[in-house]
This record gives sequence, C-alpha cells and structure tokens, in this order.
Amino acid sequence: MHIPDGFLDSQTAVTAAALAVTGLGVALRRARLHLPPRRVPLLGLAAAFVFAAQMINFPVAGGTSGHLIGAVLAAVLLGPSAAVIVISAVLIVQCLMFADGGISALGANIFNMGVIGGVGGWAVYHVVSRLVKGLFGCVVAAGFAAWCSTVMASVACAGELASSHTVRWSVALPAMAGAHMLIGIGEGLITVLVLVAIARTRPELLQPEAAPEPRRSYGAIVAYGGLIALGLALFVSPLASRWPDGLDRTAELLGFKEKAVAPMVPAPMPDYEVPGFHWTTLGTSLAGAVGTIVVFALAWLLARALVPKGAAGPRGVP
Amino acid sequence: MRHDFLDRYSRLDSPIHRASAAVKLVVALALVVAVVLLPASRPMFLVAVAVVLVAVAVLSRVPWRFLVVRVLLLEPFVLGVAMLALFQSGGWRMFLFLVGKCTVCLMVMVLLSNTTPFSDLLRVLKRWRMPALLVTTLSLMYRYVFVLVDEAQRMGRARTSRTFTPRRSRAWRTIATVVSQLFIRSSERAERIYAAMCARGWR
Repeated sequence: MHIPDGFLDSQTAVTAAALAVTGLGVALRRARLHLPPRRVPLLGLAAAFVFAAQMINFPVAGGTSGHLIGAVLAAVLLGPSAAVIVISAVLIVQCLMFADGGISALGANIFNMGVIGGVGGWAVYHVVSRLVKGLFGCVVAAGFAAWCSTVMASVACAGELASSHTVRWSVALPAMAGAHMLIGIGEGLITVLVLVAIARTRPELLQPEAAPEPRRSYGAIVAYGGLIALGLALFVSPLASRWPDGLDRTAELLGFKEKAVAPMVPAPMPDYEVPGFHWTTLGTSLAGAVGTIVVFALAWLLARALVPKGAAGPRGVP
Repeated sequence: MRHDFLDRYSRLDSPIHRASAAVKLVVALALVVAVVLLPASRPMFLVAVAVVLVAVAVLSRVPWRFLVVRVLLLEPFVLGVAMLALFQSGGWRMFLFLVGKCTVCLMVMVLLSNTTPFSDLLRVLKRWRMPALLVTTLSLMYRYVFVLVDEAQRMGRARTSRTFTPRRSRAWRTIATVVSQLFIRSSERAERIYAAMCARGWR
C-alpha cells in the first residue's frame, strides 16, 4: 500500500502531508507528556521490530507469501500514539533508505497506515475488547481490528488516488478495497497468532502499564477523531457521495468555502454519469458489510480455537 | 549475516557520495516535485531527467546492476496501480506517462538512498528541526534494524535446521512464535539500552 511518487497530484499530496504532520505532532506531544522516559528506547526498538517482522514471510497458497504490516499489533502492544510514531518511523526509513514509498507521498502513506491504520485500528480494538472480556476478547478484537485497519487504510489510499485523478474512483475502490479485504485476513491471522504467542510466554507485556496513556483522554479522541474524519471528508466522501457537491455544500454551510477548501477539492469526476456507477458503489458497500460480519465471525472462531476457556485476560487492558 | 543488502553502497567514495547530504536531499526533493508536477503534454522532460540520472549513477560508481534490480523490485506496485488507469478513456497514454513518471522518481530515490548514509540524512533532518523524540526513535531504529534482522534470520535458520517442512497450519504458528520472540527480545533489549543510556548520562 506504499504509494510511490507520481501517483498523487500536488493538492492531494500537500493536504495529506498536512494531515500526517498534524497527526504525528499530536502523537509526539502525547508521547512526550505521557510516555515514561524508560520507554523511549522501546519506540525505536519497536520500529526496528516492525521493520524486521515485515521481512518475515508467511506462506500463502500457491507459492506466494505475505507479511505482517503491524499497525494494530504496535497499537495493541504500545498504545495508539506510540503506534503512530513507530509506523511513521518505519515509513520514513523505508522511503529514505529503500525508496519504498515515494517522498512526495510520504505524508499520504503516514496518514493512511500510521494515523488511519494505527489509531483507527486501535479504536476498533478498544471498542470490541470492551464488549468481550478477557484474553479471548482481546484476541477477537485484535484480529478484527487488524482486518479493519488494513481495509480502512486501503480505502483512504483509493480515495487519494482517485482525488488525484490518477485512477477513477469506481475502479480504484473495488480494486484496492477488494484486494485488501483478502490481505487483511492474513494480517488479522498473523496479528492474532503473534499476540497469543506473546500472551503465552510473556503475558506481562500485555499488562496495563504497557499502555502508556491515561485511560480516558478526550483531547486525544477529539484530535485523532477530527483528523481521521477530516481526511475521510476530503479524500473519500466527495467521491463516495452521490451528490458530488456534498462537501461544497458543507463548506458553504460552515462558511469557509471561499478560503481554502474550494481549490483543494478537485472536481470529483468529470465523467460522472458512468452507467452502473451507483451499482458499483452499492455493490462494494454491500460486499464490505457482508465481509465485515464474516471476518468478525472468523475472528471469533479463531480466538475460540486458540484461547483456552477461562484464560485470564490481560487485566484491565481496555 | 546476510542483511548487508540493506545499505551496502551508501558509503562508497565518489564525487556523488562526497556531496553534502543536505544538498542531495534538497535536489532529490526538487526533482521529484518537478516530475510529479509535470503536465502530461511534456513527456520529453522525463527523458532529460532520466539521462541526467544515468550520468549521476555512472559517476557514483554504484554497480548499475544493483540499481536496476532495486528499481525493478519496486516496480510491481507502480505497474499494478498504473494498470488500473488502463480501464479509463485515454488509458494507454496515461499508463505510459504514469509508469515513466514513477520510474524516474524511483530512480531519484534509489540513487539518493544508495549514495547517502541514513545517519547523514538524519543529521540533516535534525538540523531542519525535526522533533527530538522522532529523531531519537529513527536513530535507534537505524542502529538496531540490522541487529534485529540478524536475530530474525538466526531464529529462522535455527528453526529450519530443527524441523522438517511442516504443514502450512503449523508453519504459521511457528513463524508467529518467531515474530513474538522477536518482539519480546526487542523489548528486553530496549530495557537494557535504557539502563545503558542512563549510565552514560542521558538527560
């Protein structure tokens, strides 16, 4: 999902970079305030770990192989802000050392995988692990969240490609989201297996003090939630909406249309009246909904198979 | 110890390697931005940039075969996305232009990363006021990436020397155990590093 240079136009790249810088800034600030100094080296080591783990290949059918992405794993083990820092560090090194992911698309990549993948995935994990208790709940939540984070990041990526006029939305969304709904299954499976293995050998790494952030922090929720919502509003919703001027209207309502938004939002699709477009969108959303339910059930079954009944959960991990 | 593919040629000696990292980073950024902003009506500019890049590559004495392999390794995703452009009107032109643009940008970044050590780039980023916590994270990551990749390969070797080819379901669980061990070891290492940093007067 690393977007190379040349796929994003300047408006999209700059907007995404601004979102990514803000997100990373929030994460760094929160880490500075709440991360105990003895955990600072862990950020660097965790980044190196994610990088090394991405090089370990898991065999998939037919001689192909996949690898871990690690945003949700990092978020579960270290907390959402640390995950944003860790994933950003990995992306910066991959960009500057290996030319993997373009330097002009670095902001978009950090926003997609770090902010949406890490924080969005963590939010899903947080909600689900509240609903289902114990280690079992933790495993179900992590598997489901890993899938969700992969798919969410790919939808954002498709939105950026489409709003740069590189690929048409009706092509980009099914292709990207479809592929990543499959890739996400692998990601969820690996995340779950790794978490179960950690819980078996060093359960204290999943303990409450492993989550460096205070339980309730409305500031962070507002900041991250606002960023993700803004990103989706800028990149995805003008394309997904059936009324292409939906964002314009909101902008008008909020009274900031004249200032910045108008030039930032490109005309979503000049050739908008593609027959069957609504059907593609409808079909994709339907497939998405069915897929989500199926994956949740799969995560449930997998956790049933892997976690012994009544296993003590990581106490208090939200 | 087979991780030297990570950055093997960034410390050679050549005019390009000797140039300051800040200059190289700025030039690379400017080139990428220029190529990204290029309108589809001027494909010749791409050819001109590519010729300059080939000249730089020759000057830098990095083996051309290595550079070509690196660019080709990164090409599949470019082709994959560009392929999607084929499904729309004027597809072929767009496809070729996209692939050309992306390949030139890839060449720029591959050249930059193979002529400039990452620690030099990091020093430039630090001078440009990147937040201290991020610089610390990046430098620790760069320092230990090699150690951890080495450790992962050692564990993988130990595992293959002790097992026959396992069934796929077992293989996944075994590899997951390796990954989890890798995390446990890196968090233990982080604790030792913190102790060492404190002992040397950090903060």
